[in-house]
Amino acid sequence: MQQLVNTLLGGLTLGMVYAAFALALVLIWRSTRIVNFAQAPMAMVTTFVALRIIEGGHSYWLGFAAALVAGLVLGAVVERVLIRPVEGKAEINAVILTLGLFIVLHALAAVVFGNRYRSFPAAFGIRGIEVGDTTIALTGFGIFTIVAVLVVMGLLVLLFRFTDLGLRMRAAAFNQEVARLLGVRVGRMLTLGWALASLVGSLAGLLIAGGSLVHPGYMDAVVVYGFVAAVLGGLDSPAGAVVGGLLLGLSLSLVSGYVGSQLVALAALAILMAVLLLRPQGLFSQARERRV
Amino acid sequence: MLEVRELSTSYGAVRALQEVTFTAPRGEVTAVLGANGAGKTTLLRTITGLVRAQSGSASYDGRELTRTAPELMPGLGIAHVPEGRGVITELTVEENLRLGGLGRGGRVRPEELERIYELFPALADRRAALAHVLSGGERQMLVLGRALMAEPTVLLLDEPSLGLAPRIVAQLFELLQSLVVEQGLTVLLVEQNARSALSIAHRGVVLSLGRVVVDERADVLAGDDQLRHAYLGF
Repeated sequence: MQQLVNTLLGGLTLGMVYAAFALALVLIWRSTRIVNFAQAPMAMVTTFVALRIIEGGHSYWLGFAAALVAGLVLGAVVERVLIRPVEGKAEINAVILTLGLFIVLHALAAVVFGNRYRSFPAAFGIRGIEVGDTTIALTGFGIFTIVAVLVVMGLLVLLFRFTDLGLRMRAAAFNQEVARLLGVRVGRMLTLGWALASLVGSLAGLLIAGGSLVHPGYMDAVVVYGFVAAVLGGLDSPAGAVVGGLLLGLSLSLVSGYVGSQLVALAALAILMAVLLLRPQGLFSQARERRV
Repeated sequence: MLEVRELSTSYGAVRALQEVTFTAPRGEVTAVLGANGAGKTTLLRTITGLVRAQSGSASYDGRELTRTAPELMPGLGIAHVPEGRGVITELTVEENLRLGGLGRGGRVRPEELERIYELFPALADRRAALAHVLSGGERQMLVLGRALMAEPTVLLLDEPSLGLAPRIVAQLFELLQSLVVEQGLTVLLVEQNARSALSIAHRGVVLSLGRVVVDERADVLAGDDQLRHAYLGF
């Protein structure tokens, strides 16, 4: 029983991070039909920005905030400089550009920050909380992870559902031409969408790094899990990304706890294949209506 | 007054519009008629800048439109209403309407929405529904209502009767006519349904293979058997 609770708690924390990462992928896919393969190294670079600031003697929170701002800026710059020129051409062009950016950011990070493992601090304790006389697998930092992702998702929901800006952003994502005729500055909305997605990706990067080791490739496995989570939920649906992330986190944690931790990556791929075979549009996608 | 002067454009080697010239006077409905592929939709898209004009101009009260970005059109009082497919199906009915109001700049007040719901009671019952559940007629009402939210002075309507039952078309055109009379709108009405369009239009411009072949008063055009048979097929 205790093992099950611990496995589920671990899965919940991990699932929240996958959810955030999947959400970053979905925000971009929904507006530009591009899977941003560079999401992981973009998040990695911003985590290193945070590490620089923290190692420079500043507080963890300053580094945390700086990484999020760096994510916002990096996302906007990537969209403006790299993606905008191939906008309206075949989507494969943009996808290959993001793959190229993946390689370039990796190499640059290795040059600038060094290609070795370094420990990244955590804002809260990374020991299990004690309930009575047993220790459960939920750490202070784990709680912070869950709360941080929930807060960011809540803010995104508020933005998209209840503000004029959010309405414009959704219009630009769903139908660029109609949105333009209604006066929406579609270009700006796409830039903002990339910026927000990149910020959410940076948050995921910081949460994975907390109390752990970082190096230029530390996010690469997460992009796979984030992608599986996004496909699971339906690449079109932010709510689906969150549910997909949680389902994936819980499933992988159960596999790791009861079958064997070496099978986690294999299990993720098995889930991806099963989804693509049984329900390729994902659990929450509206894609069928959109294809008509 | 909307003035189109020697407007030309092409898709690759195909000349889609060839020196199209006509005027749509203020407070009147000008019908743009012609067969499929005559260039009617291209004409609207070129006026609002979605398609680049190769030469010529389209201006409203002296302001050049073809070289102005489409997203600036609502601010100039120009509403381009695409076919019913132009509803954003992933948004609710009310969100579609709000979006129309945002185009004018500033916030959308509740009474503006209520005004549209009074015009189109069918939309009021479905304000919270996603637009993809709407019928064809309701979608046309939604795109028209959305355009009116921006309080335009010029309406460019692309095939508002497409796919609608004759009874609904009659209702829609009746409403359109009353809007023109009450608000002094300038309307460019692109239609395949020539008979209905001419019934509310003041002038009729007939396009054929991208050229203006007839520019005539609507009642004259509707009454001339030769013109009707030659170009309008009724």
